[in-house]
Order: sequence, then C-alpha cells, then structure tokens
Amino acid sequence: MSQSSGYQYPVYAEPNNSLKNDPSPIVNGQNSASQQNGVQSPQFNLTGTPSSQSSRDPSRETSRDPSPTQYLHNQYRPQLPRPPMPPINGPPSSNALPLLSRTTQLHNPVNPYGISNQYAASAHSNVAVSTPSTAFVSQPNQEVQYRNTIPLNQMPLLAKNLSSGSAPSTFTNTTEPELAKVNQSYQWTTNPLPTNAAQGTTDISGTSSNIDKTSQVSTDQTAGVQTSFTGYKTLVQGQCDPTFPSSANVSLPPSNLRQHVNKIRHIQQDPAISNIQSPKTQNIQASQPIIGVSESLNNPQLKYSSQQNLFSPTSTPLNSSTPNLFHGSQGHNIDSRNPQNYSPQPLKPQQNLLTGYMDSTGLGNTLQGQNIHQNLPGQRRYPQQDTANTTMLPPRTTAPPLGANQLHDARPPPPGMPPLPSQQLYDTRSQHPGPMTNVPLDSLNKRYPNIYPDQLNQLNNQMGNLNVTQSSYNKLWGMEAVDLLQCRNILPPEKVEPPKIRLHQEVLDNVNCNPDIFRCTLTKVPESNSLLQKSRLPFGVLIHPFRDLNHLAVIQCNTIVRCRACRTYINPFVYFVDSRRWKCNLCFRLNELPEEFQFDPVTKSYGDPARRPEVRTGTIEFIAPSEYMVRPPQPAVYLFVMDVSRLAVESGYLQIVCNTITEELSRLPGDSRTQVGFLAVDSALHFFSMPDNVSQPHEMIMLDIDDVFLPCPENLIVNLKEREELIRDLLAQLSVKFCGTHDTNSALGAGLQAALKLLSATGGRVTVFQTCLPNLGPGALQPREDPNARANKDVPHLNPATDFYKRFALDCSGQQIAIDLFLLNSQYSDLATLSCMSKFTGGCIYHLPLFRASKLQNSETLERLFRRYLTRKIGFEAVMRLRCTRGLSIHAFHGSFFVRSTDLLCLPNINPDAGFGMQISIDENLSDVQNVCFQASLLYTSSKGERRIRVHTLCLPVVASLSDVLYSADQQCIVGLLSKMAVDRSLQSSLSDARDALINVAIDVLSAFRLSQSSGSGGLIAPGSLKLLPLYIIALLKSIAFRSGTSTRLDDRVFAMFQLKTLPLAQLIQVVFPDLYPIHALDDRNSKDIDGKVCPQPPRLHLSAEKLDSRGVFLMDAGDRIFIYIGKNINPIFCSNVLGVSAFVSIPEEMYELPELDTVESERLRNFIFSLQEEKPYYVPVQIIRDDSHFRTLFIERLIEDRFESALSYYEFLQHLKTQVKE
Amino acid sequence: MTFNLAAFSYIIALIGDAFLIFFAIFHVITFDELKTGYKNPIDQCNNLNPLVLPEYILHIVINVFFLISEQYFSLFINIPLIAYHVWRYMNRPLMTESGLYDPTSIMNAYDLSIYQREGWVKLAFYLLSFFYYLYG
Repeated sequence: MSQSSGYQYPVYAEPNNSLKNDPSPIVNGQNSASQQNGVQSPQFNLTGTPSSQSSRDPSRETSRDPSPTQYLHNQYRPQLPRPPMPPINGPPSSNALPLLSRTTQLHNPVNPYGISNQYAASAHSNVAVSTPSTAFVSQPNQEVQYRNTIPLNQMPLLAKNLSSGSAPSTFTNTTEPELAKVNQSYQWTTNPLPTNAAQGTTDISGTSSNIDKTSQVSTDQTAGVQTSFTGYKTLVQGQCDPTFPSSANVSLPPSNLRQHVNKIRHIQQDPAISNIQSPKTQNIQASQPIIGVSESLNNPQLKYSSQQNLFSPTSTPLNSSTPNLFHGSQGHNIDSRNPQNYSPQPLKPQQNLLTGYMDSTGLGNTLQGQNIHQNLPGQRRYPQQDTANTTMLPPRTTAPPLGANQLHDARPPPPGMPPLPSQQLYDTRSQHPGPMTNVPLDSLNKRYPNIYPDQLNQLNNQMGNLNVTQSSYNKLWGMEAVDLLQCRNILPPEKVEPPKIRLHQEVLDNVNCNPDIFRCTLTKVPESNSLLQKSRLPFGVLIHPFRDLNHLAVIQCNTIVRCRACRTYINPFVYFVDSRRWKCNLCFRLNELPEEFQFDPVTKSYGDPARRPEVRTGTIEFIAPSEYMVRPPQPAVYLFVMDVSRLAVESGYLQIVCNTITEELSRLPGDSRTQVGFLAVDSALHFFSMPDNVSQPHEMIMLDIDDVFLPCPENLIVNLKEREELIRDLLAQLSVKFCGTHDTNSALGAGLQAALKLLSATGGRVTVFQTCLPNLGPGALQPREDPNARANKDVPHLNPATDFYKRFALDCSGQQIAIDLFLLNSQYSDLATLSCMSKFTGGCIYHLPLFRASKLQNSETLERLFRRYLTRKIGFEAVMRLRCTRGLSIHAFHGSFFVRSTDLLCLPNINPDAGFGMQISIDENLSDVQNVCFQASLLYTSSKGERRIRVHTLCLPVVASLSDVLYSADQQCIVGLLSKMAVDRSLQSSLSDARDALINVAIDVLSAFRLSQSSGSGGLIAPGSLKLLPLYIIALLKSIAFRSGTSTRLDDRVFAMFQLKTLPLAQLIQVVFPDLYPIHALDDRNSKDIDGKVCPQPPRLHLSAEKLDSRGVFLMDAGDRIFIYIGKNINPIFCSNVLGVSAFVSIPEEMYELPELDTVESERLRNFIFSLQEEKPYYVPVQIIRDDSHFRTLFIERLIEDRFESALSYYEFLQHLKTQVKE
Repeated sequence: MTFNLAAFSYIIALIGDAFLIFFAIFHVITFDELKTGYKNPIDQCNNLNPLVLPEYILHIVINVFFLISEQYFSLFINIPLIAYHVWRYMNRPLMTESGLYDPTSIMNAYDLSIYQREGWVKLAFYLLSFFYYLYG
C-alpha cells in the first residue's frame, strides 16, 4: 500500500497552473543558496500563492515587505509552512522514499513523474534514455526539410545538455555563466546548416549511450544523482517543447538553463513536465485523430510508430483510428523490454487524467483504448494489454469510442475482453474507502446516443481532409487549427496557460516578465501596422504591476542605471556593447555604464556587468534615492467616511466594519507616522476629534453642508500609535451611536469635500461606505434608473449624471488622495456617477448589492473583503509609466487612474488587486528590429515611507508573417483587452454597439485566419491559439456588463464594467468564464499540496448543462463567489459524508458553508475549495445550491454555453459566426 | 461710397480674425505641450476651456456682420466652420463650466491627435480667410 500512496506524491506535483499555484519547494527556503545570489527567474518570483495570503496571515505579510538595509535583499516567506516538494531528494513523507528507491532500481530516476509524463516510457532502463534522444534526432532532421530555424537552435543545445548530463556530478555543479556561455556558443555554432544539426544528432546518440551507462551505474544511488537525471530529463523536455508548442496548451513556465543546472530547480521543473503532458491529453481528446499521430512523435517511446506515420502515412490504416498505431508501437517497444519492469507501475497510471475524477473502480473497467486516447500515462499497462489486444481482439473493437471519452464516462469492457490482471490488481488497491466509489453516474452516452457516431464521422471527415504529415507538423510548430464547429471539447482540463514567449535568444526567454504581471495580446509582434490590421487582433498589454510577489529582487544603489535619452531602466534585454557601454533596447541610444555597475553584489567581484541582478530578471524593485521625491515620502493616512443614514444603520454594516477595523488596527500597513481619521455622514457631517488629553473622542456635527470647512484644524486625523485607545473607543461607539436614526438623507458630496480638506496636506486613502443615493448638498443625485427597462436592449445612464465627482476626483488626484468606495446599497445608488471618484484616483470599488448584516453570507463576505482591503499592501503617491520600443506608442489606457501625460499614469494609491490595460499602436515599421520591449515602471511610496520603483520589462519578438501573428495570439489577454475596449465603447456610444463590436471581433479574426490559410476547408477553422476566443466572447456577451434581455440592475452592470476595466486578467477571466468542476468523486490524483493540505484538482468542464448530471455534484468558481450545485439524484451517502445531512431533500435551501466532517470526502472537497480560495485575494463566499432551489438560476445563468433566456447558445453563436465569416 | 457696411464688416472681420489666429496658435501650442508631456492636462484644460466660447462667439459675430452686410460668399465660406462649432459644443463632455476639454479624456491618444489636427486646420483656415478679408 505504501507504494501506491507513494505514487501519489509524484503525481500531485502536477498543478494546474505551474506559475501561479506551484507549491514550489523554493518557497520554503530550501533553495536558499540560489535565492541569496539574487538570481531569480520570474518563475520563482511568483511561486506560491499570490496576494491572497496577506489578508490572512500577518506573519507573511510582514515578511513580504523587504527591508532596505541589505544591499540586495530577496523576499520570500520563510514561515510558509508548506512541506517541501516531496519527490526525489527531499522525501517529505516516509511513503515517498521506499517508492523512490524502488523506482530507481527498476527504471530511471525520473519515473515518479513518468507516470504522468510522456516520457514515462523513456524512463525505462537503457532503451529509455536513449530513446528521447533518438526521437529528437529524428525530429529536427525532419524539420530541417520543412523549416529551417528553430530546431537548429535547439538541437545542439540539447546535445550539450545531454552530454553534460552524462556526468551527473559536473552537471549539477555547473555554474550559471558557464552554461550561459555554452548556450551562447551553441547558438552560434548551430545557426548555420542542417549538416550541423546532424552532427548534433550524432552527438546526442553518443552521449545518450553514455547516459545509459551512468544510469545503470546509478541504480541504487543517492538522491542527488536522481535529481540530476530528473533535471536532465526536464531539459530534454524543455528543449523539445518549442517544437511542440501546441498553442496555449504547452507552455512551460519560463525555464532557464540556469535552473536546469541547479538541481533543486530540476525538481521544481518537474511539474512543468506534467503540465505539458496533461494539455496533450486534451488535445487528443479534442477528437483530432491526427493529433494522435503527432502525439506519438512527441513520445519517444512511440518512436517507431510515429516515424512510420510520418514517412509513410498512407501505409498506416488511419481510418481504423489512431489508437491502433499506438498499440502497434507499444508492442514494439515493449517487446524489447522486460515486462516485469512494469509490474509495479501499472497501478496508478491507469487512472486517467480525464476520467480521473470518476469512480476509480469504473476506470478499472475502462476500455484500454480509452486510456490511450486520454493519455499516455496508461502506457505502463500495456504489457499485459498488448497481448490481450493483439491476440484476442481485432483492433477495431479496441478502438476507443471518443464520445465516451469526452464524456468522462466509464464504459463496461467489451464482451470477450478478459479483465486484465493489472486492472484487477488496481481495483483492489486503489479503491476508495468511501462509498462514493460506487456511485455510477449514468452514462452520458446513453443520454446522448448520437454523439458517438457523430464523432466517428468527424474523425473520418478530418482524415479525409487533412494530410497527416502536414497536420502533425503544424502541430509541431504550434500551428494546428481547430474546427470549432466539430470540436466540442476545446477547453483544456486544466487552467489555460498563457502562450510562451520565444525570443531569438533562449537565455532571454527565462528572464522575461511573468505573464501574470505583464502580458501582451500578441506574443509575436507584427512588424508593421498593416500586418496588424490584417490580423484584426487588438494589440495591447495588460499589467498587474503591484501584484503581491513572494520573491522580488530589491536593489539599493547610488545610481539607478537608466538610458539618458528615454530614461528606460536597465533591463535584461539591453545590449552590452562592451563592459563600459550598453545600448538601450527602447530608443537604441548608446549609454555609459557607471563604475558601480561593474560590481557584482553576489560574488563581491568586479568585472562583468551581465551578472548584475538588474539584467537578470524582468521584474525588479529599486529603492529610490532622493531625486525621485518631490517631497518627503508621505505617511500612511487612512480616512474612513461612513454613511450613517437610516438605510445604512438598517443594513447593519457599521458594526462589521468597526469591528474589523478594531481588530486590524495593528495590521494596517504603515510605520510610526500612520494616521487615521473618521467621518460620519448623514444629512450632516459628524467629525470626530481626538485630542491628546481627553478620555473620549469629541463629536462635532456640521449642519451647514453647502460650504464645508474643518471645525478644528487638527486632531481630526490622529496618529494611530499615539491615540490608539481613543480610536478603539470611537470605533466601539460608532457602531452603536447612530442606532435608531431617522435621517434618510446622505450628504456624501459634502463629506468628500471635508475629506479632501482633511487629507490635502498629506495625501492618503479615503474609504467611503455608502448605502444610498447621495441626495443632499453638493453632488446630490437623482434616481435615474427605470426598473421596468432593465431588460431593454440599450441601457441609458451608463454615464455620470454630473461631473461633480469627476472634478472632485481630479482635485484629489492632485493632492495624492485616493477614494475607495464600498457600495452596500439596497436601492439604486447611481454607481455610474459615484464611480468617477474612484476611477480617476486609482481607487477601487466594492459592490455588495442588497447588503444585510443579518444575512450571514453577506456579513462574512464584507468582513473578509474588508479585512483583506485593510491589510493588503499599499503604495502611496504613485506614478506608473509605460515605455515601449521606438515605433510603438500607447493609444489608450484602461483601469483606474488619471492620465497625466501620454505615457504617465497618476495613481494616488496603488493596491495589489489593481490591473491596467494599454492599447498599443504601431507607428513605424519594426522590420529592422528583432524584439520590441515594454517597460512599466511604478514609482511609489511604500507604507513604510520608502520611495521605491518597481520595474517590469517584457520583451517580444517581431515577426513578418500573418500566420505567425495569429498562431501566437494570447486569447485570454485578448479577451481581457477586448472587454475593456467594449466597456469604453458602451460608455461612448451604446451597449448594443459594444456587443456588435465584440461579435465583429470574432468574425474578423476568424475571417482573417481563413484568408491566411491557403487551403480553404469547410467548417469554422480557428488557430489553436484562438480557439477559445469565440467561447470567451459569448461569455462576455452574457456577462453582467454586456448582457441584454436579462433584467440587470444598472448598478450591477456598471460595477461589472468597472471590474472589467480594473481586474487583473486571471480574475477577470474567471468572472467572465467561471470554472466548473465535478466534485462528486474527488480523489487525490493530480492533487497538489498547499500548506500541507492535499488538494485534489479535478478537470474543468465546459459550462454547459450537458456536462451536468443529476447524480453528480458540481462546483462553479465564478471569481467572486463559489457555487456548489447538487444534483437531484445525489447519493445519500455523499450527503451524509460531505454535507452532513441524511438525504437530498434535507439539504437546506440556503446553505453557505460546508460542515467540517471527519470523512475523506469532506476533507477532499474542503481542501479543493481551499485551493481555489488560496488563489483569490480574499476568501469568497461558498453557496450550496440544491437542484430544486430557487437559487438554481444563479448557477444556471452562468452556464454560458447554453441558451439562456434570449441569448444564443455557444453552438448557435458559432453558426452565426460561420455565416458571417467570409469565404 | 467707399466706406459702406460691407467694408466695415470686413474691417471687423479682419480684426476678429487676427484674434482667432491667436487663439488657434495658442491651441496648437497647448496641445503640442500636452503631447510632449510638459504640462499637466488639468492645467491645460483650465487654460483652454475659458477660451473656447469666446472663440466661437467671435467667429459667429463676424459672420453676423457678413449676413447684415449681405456678403453671402464670405458667409458661405464660414458656414461649415460654424456648423462644426455648434456640433462640437453640442457633443461636449459632461461638465459644469463652459468649455470642451475634459482632463480625464483629453490624453486619449486618438482624441489628442484629432484636437491637434483641428488646431492646425483652423489656423490655416483663419490665415487664408485673413488674407481673403484683407483683399476681398
């Protein structure tokens, strides 16, 4: 048993999103050596959970704020209690170790990962190691015949790595510069000719035999050697990866040669392997049989078959479906091996990624063909099965029914197929103790009987249409296209990864800014505006500049090196002419390097400027000297403006807010100068003075609201440390003071003016709580919304009714004051007008409609939200400038800020949850440059009173061909930018105009793609990189912001628009296109470890009722809330084990949390939800919805692929697109 | 009779046009400064906005004189600009004080280039019409 559980460890290292969620071991400080040297790839900067923690764990927060004392200080969170990544050299549990040693004896060390790795088979003893290399040999050679650039670059590199890998000890110890050099030199040598490549090839095979030997030698060796092999494997994978850029799926986290060198980082890389692996799964599943073929190319184990396919495609009986090819090859390989090697393995791998969440006993019965289709992890089983296949069954019968596949359905074995030994074995072992394993979901196949034949027809059609070799090469180059009308399942089971940016120099790929921070809609920039117009794609960048980072290199030096002409900060993409001069990569001016830059802080030596941290990472923070200050850095000043009118008191928010502030007073970011003030507003202004020598705060009521002045010059805003007692006293009073008030008016405008006067000397943050329409004094508003017209096609009043709030915001912006708004309204409050005060001051808005403190979920949401708000990092008096390479210019900005100059945003406050978008236009031809760069620099005052500059640099290659541009588009980023543009459009023109524009984008892009394709085939073809675009666009059209026909409150709509403008991309996508997971049979496969909790990671489903099942339970993560939908025929055992009730009928109508039951299922589900929550800035409310509850619409309306009310379904939308896309 | 109403209106137009040329030059310079980022858009808008209405009124007054003095050709030349001014002012952003320019949207690259072009076109137009009035 220990073995199978041991297996789970390696498997769990397969997170959905390696960049964001990776529970990397580095975080734990294991890799302290590499951290202290200040060389951090962006990947490590961002590992671990993001922003979210700060609100929950104060210890982390403090450790995140880097101290300036050190010359070079790296941030990370040492307290993070996660256990280190288990496998190979740091076994976290006793379980893992025995397994590992066993594995080693049997196979190459890589094996633990091999389970889910395509190279799994390659890990097998001698044959294994040599196979990948030979597979590679064949690939680049073939490529040479077709194309000529990339593989040449990569091949020799690979060769080099292989050879260094052959001597594990040197490999692990190689120092970075050496490797970098190696890298360089290889690039030089390789560029020339195919013959060179061939030489590289022989090299490889030579070295690979070397490796064989070492691997044999090291059969029972130390973890260290294992690691080196793992890393080496990774390298192979990493290098191989570019040749298989299967669009969005395959995207390694920026991998660095240096990282490979570092043995611990090897392990870190391993999740990446599995990452690559699993998207492939999806590809196969996407019912493209041809992909299967190319897949086999990708798999070294299947070398034989793949080559057959490639070179004599006609000879293979394609119509008898791909799996047969696989079978054949399996047999081949396996023959040459000792089948016994497999015996320990077959157990876990059998569980497929896709069917993984399903009943595992059911899986045991799954057709093996299914397994193959779903992915290669199942390969280990084949020794047994192969015999079964070849001897007993004609291939046709074993051909996997794709339809069944897609529906995650377990099918009974075909008659005549004996239960395989391994399967039986597996059954007994991995059966879950809980009874959930017995829940057979009714076969979707039965419910949708026609799916299967359809799919087969499609397969045949596609077979007929496409040339096999051609398409496999296309896929190889990341250029596969998808027929949207025929491929129903285009959603990858895991998170959609951003496409990887590939620069001409691989060294630079790894230092590029993390895609979570800085992302461009096109990962290859078209060289001219006309080319951009042809692609019909929006060109822009999305920035999340102040994102919470776990690792950030902070630098304090006398002179910050910048270009003298364009003031660009020195970055990894500059060109060092010699050791004294560098060439700016934005304006191409030649600059001098200061003497100080020669000094390497890590090794304390002089000489090589390329070793400075500034040029080794795309994200860096400088501590600014005094030239960067206009005035002394301001203290942290917080002013809370509370609505205390009758509606506000009735809603009961005051109690929650005051309590939360009281609790968090000590954790407000700031230093000893921190100041706090309070102001209450109804029809009068209530000032609270807290002088030094009194025991009670003084209340001063100002009735004259038309001409606001400050009743006393000081003590309205007081030092937090000095007057903490008074403040606590005041907060305690505030929450009850206004009970029973009958004042229904709100003079918010006057309150704001007073706030401006209070803070104008220092600047700071004003937090406004508002529950009703301000109807008195300056800035009074009228209710404008007509509730009967909420479902109309065009929505009026999206624009402000008065410019009072805008002018006020501009005044605030000038005084470095930001206004944040909490709108807790129960009736129309004209957010369209009120939002102006946040929109132009860099503030944020939270909207909790129909807020009632008596409703538990409301009060909890507010409390968590507000707690996060109070304790998150904050930057004051900030400006952000975006510079870009000459020839590009910024066209428009999106977000919340005031634009002070063509490239300068004025942000009185910056918070870690704010995202920005910029549209870029191409003014000049870029054909003479190889790369373009964007540099965002954020200058801010930290809450500790330090002036800091955070610099993010993104570098993108320039291309000249249209198909390159289209195939490298970043669909999520495009949707992010489109949504912002559509918001602008609906404000400037009208909502229906914006909707039309969105649809037109989809039509235009698909038309452009069709034009770029020489061979016009039927269907609706989209490049793999844009296959989700129509899905996201229809999701946008159905989102709260843009939907029409559904009754939507105006405030909700305006808030949704504000969110689209300001949310960081990941959250934005989730709001627009929620994640749907089946959770009725969670298990620990693929799970990841967060804070010591094993969190299962079920695959994502399409947002369609087709995927639902009345016997299932589904979780929908909609960004700001989580729904759990319980089917009508749910097994009562699930109810009792997870929900703590006896049966479906006894589930309460309103249920907002999962009971903490001591069952495996309950723990798994809670851990899974925990893993989702960890990615969010604050814990969002969870709502459990019964199938027959009236809350059902909340869930159903988010199934955006279905027809809902008058809105088109996804399929109908595709057909509409098809009619519009011109031939 | 040499000094009639028409001659008077041309003299008025000449003087008025000289002012308009100054306005246009100021407009062009301001937007150039904005574009290069030397000035804060709030200040620039505060400078520009009070001048918008006087410019429009002055232009209309000149044309009223043309109308009175029955100089229809001169009026005809100016009608498109009047129409543009009226349209422009009807579609101005929401603001309490007079004027056209909103500091929050003025930095939009698209608008900025339009405003700049508008400035140059107007300057050219006023200059041409200045010489026309001088010799006409």
